[in-house]
Amino acid sequence: MTRYVIGRLGGVVVILLAVCLFTYLIFFKLSPDPAVMICGKTCTPDRIDSIRDVLGLNQPLLTQFWEFLRGIVAGRDYGTVHCSAPCLGYSFQTNESVWNMLTTRLPVSITVAVGAAVLWLLAGVAGGLISAIKQGTWWDRSAMALALTGVSVPNYVLALVLQYVLVVKLQVLPFPAAPAFADNPVLWFESYLMPWTVLAVGYACLYARLTRANVIDTLAENFLRTARAKGLSRPLILRRHALRPALTPITTIFGMDFAGLLGGALITETVFGLNGIGKLAADSIAKNDQPVIMAVTLLAAFFVVVGNVVVDLVYTALDPRVRVTSS
Amino acid sequence: MTVAGPRTPTLLEVEEVGLAGDPGGGPPTSTGRILGKLARDKAALLCLVFLLIVVLMAVFAPLITKLSGWGPDEFDSGAINSDLGGVPHGSLGGISGEHWFGVEPQNGRDLFARIVYGARVSITIALSATVLTGILGVVFGLLAGFYRGWVDQAISRVMDFLMAFPALIFMIAILSSLPAGNRPVLLVVVISAFGWPYLARVIRGQTMTLANREFVEAARASGAKNVALVFREILPNLRGSIIVMTTLSVPGYIGTEAGLSFLGVGVTPPTASWGQMISSSVSWYSVDPMFFAIPGTFLFLTVLSLTVLGDKIRSVIDAGEAT
Amino acid sequence: MTDELFVVEDLTVTLPTSRGPVDVVKDVSFTVGRDDTLGIVGESGSGKSMTALAVLGLLPPGARTSGSVRLDGRELLGQSEGELRSVRGNAISMVFQDPLSSLNPYYTVGLQIEEGYRAHRGGSKRAARQVAIEAMERVRIPDAARRVDDYPHQFSGGQRQRIMIAMALCCSPSLLIADEPTTALDVTVQAQILELLAELQTQTGTGLIFITHDLAVISSIARRVLVMCAGDPVEYGTAEQVFSDPRHEYTRTLLDAVPRIDDEVML
Repeated sequence: MTRYVIGRLGGVVVILLAVCLFTYLIFFKLSPDPAVMICGKTCTPDRIDSIRDVLGLNQPLLTQFWEFLRGIVAGRDYGTVHCSAPCLGYSFQTNESVWNMLTTRLPVSITVAVGAAVLWLLAGVAGGLISAIKQGTWWDRSAMALALTGVSVPNYVLALVLQYVLVVKLQVLPFPAAPAFADNPVLWFESYLMPWTVLAVGYACLYARLTRANVIDTLAENFLRTARAKGLSRPLILRRHALRPALTPITTIFGMDFAGLLGGALITETVFGLNGIGKLAADSIAKNDQPVIMAVTLLAAFFVVVGNVVVDLVYTALDPRVRVTSS
Repeated sequence: MTVAGPRTPTLLEVEEVGLAGDPGGGPPTSTGRILGKLARDKAALLCLVFLLIVVLMAVFAPLITKLSGWGPDEFDSGAINSDLGGVPHGSLGGISGEHWFGVEPQNGRDLFARIVYGARVSITIALSATVLTGILGVVFGLLAGFYRGWVDQAISRVMDFLMAFPALIFMIAILSSLPAGNRPVLLVVVISAFGWPYLARVIRGQTMTLANREFVEAARASGAKNVALVFREILPNLRGSIIVMTTLSVPGYIGTEAGLSFLGVGVTPPTASWGQMISSSVSWYSVDPMFFAIPGTFLFLTVLSLTVLGDKIRSVIDAGEAT
Repeated sequence: MTDELFVVEDLTVTLPTSRGPVDVVKDVSFTVGRDDTLGIVGESGSGKSMTALAVLGLLPPGARTSGSVRLDGRELLGQSEGELRSVRGNAISMVFQDPLSSLNPYYTVGLQIEEGYRAHRGGSKRAARQVAIEAMERVRIPDAARRVDDYPHQFSGGQRQRIMIAMALCCSPSLLIADEPTTALDVTVQAQILELLAELQTQTGTGLIFITHDLAVISSIARRVLVMCAGDPVEYGTAEQVFSDPRHEYTRTLLDAVPRIDDEVML
């Protein structure tokens, strides 16, 4: 088991390195000269040279990449400025430490992801479950029609519609401002309500369909017939024998979806103006702020890859048939 | 795709619900039977009709706009109220006999013409991306599943890598830093580059199962070459999965294209695309909601129709393989 | 036949299909006494499993039944779900064909034996666990006290079927219905399971209905035989009668096919 985990974590490092290198190469090749960007309008060739020197831009590409990696682990020095580990460099735009930018933005993205996840799990799993139990009834048919519709609404369209109806027309919600929870809990909740809903709708519909399909498959299993033949009560049969086999695969999918969201809900955060990782990504891309783009890409990849390992470990705990083999 | 945004959730769903395990060794459902079943389903028929209209709009865009009177890039300053900052004259965003869907605020371009031309862009990009991902996914999935060993290792690692990538962030970043060039082609390439592993993973798994089946063993024993095995014995049995996965990925790609254009890294103005129209409607939606509603509705209905259709096709194929 | 434990009279089962209702079991009658074994034989789709499921009210939704099914004089057909539940796994138990898929892979075999016992007898978890261990010892699972916490996939095919039997017998039922219990097993394991069933029957005096398509198996275990074909009961009598002097054409065909049927089992 320990060997397995170590092996998997090794894989994580390799993939993250690959993501890092790939991103580094692409942006090194594609982007305009960072030195010119930082230098701004009042620029002299001398200044550009000194900036190049400080950032190490005159060194070969691989040396630069190595410096970048070393900075994450051990910190690095830019001229006289020391950037302590984990060092992801400084924003070309604001000179802020990229690490600090990430840590201040991350709580917003986590709030968005957790709230949405709670909503979609409750709605999706419950909806799918009821549909499966009432298979073929009008409830089932309308719930599944609704789920198909919900899957088909692009989330920015939904976001704009909700904003138009709830904020502009009916004025029941304020425009999202995302204050700290402690400052104004009510406003906090109202601000996050729309982003949560917008993100949750698509997933909820997807999970409803998944849950329904899985539960129906499980209800047809032979071991369910055994449970009935044993004289167990229907609630016990459903709770113990149907739910666990039906929902275990969904944990896997949930883990991946949630991990993906932690890396920033780019569109939702942008549309609602929430200062999370997703909006940071969009902003940094718009301004070609390379260190920040690099960092958000890496962070998102980190969540996905680590999420993958966590999901596999959780799955081995949930399904007794799955044995860990170090291959 | 695990990044939120113009998700392609349907991809994920197919992997888990429809085709997770057994590709089914029985005779594949014939195209005729699929169409026959669909024609008898009212919802499917409705979706087909709507999609047909959209496709016809896309194909005959120049003809249609000649009929409607306004091209996609013609400015009609008479249709907007320049005193009110360019809000269209009349209610409902300036819908009239002249401009069937109203006009764009500020510059007065005809929305109908832009929807028609936008359909062209959206559908071309989505279909090309589907074809490209289909080819890449099937080829790499077959290779990995059939040859196993180091081929499988190499392909699987690349897939892991691509699937770990925050695809949306990366697509935006790449598209925004690339020179304008031929945007639609770039979009197709970028979408496909990150899209194929999802199909390949399923194909790989099913190929592995099929390669061990009796009929493949039999063909191998009777001296069939690898190429013949793959094309005659394995590929026909994967047909159902390929059809279902690719149909269900089309709405995802339409959404992705629209999403990227919405974020401003898709097709460049003045070329119209639905996502780009929605994007430019954002600053107007409180005063001119129709500007947002019209492309939004078209996008939604198209994605919905494709999703419903894909779903129906899947249930026909599943039922066909079960019997 | 003086001691009629279980009586089925004119049992008819109708299932809804896309082509309208179909009678999958037609006017079947038989009796089973205490310590008695009835074999029901027929090909797949002959209605033998449907007969068994109808007895316990486990038919698919939409199925209709008529006739009479009595255990110790008590009518079971048309009883409420609650009434039937108190019979299932208690007075009448069932063992199914494929033990692997009939056991829930997510739970230990101990829990799956215990839950049936506790549903009918109540009592503490600890007591139920003791019952489970004893039941596993009775079906000769070695080291039962330890293996009670293992999962179904950790047992061999024969052991899994033993566990199914242990599960079925933990409430000392008066009737055990075994639906093709040996079909999914290797021939040597088949013999062991049959031996075990016969032995347990003499110990407990349980009535046994043994459903199979394999005449060889029936001849070794059953006292009386019911032959079914396409839902119809075509022959009913003592085993000697049916095997030595088959009245019906279909029975003769079945008897002729015996060696071939054995081959099929191997698949």
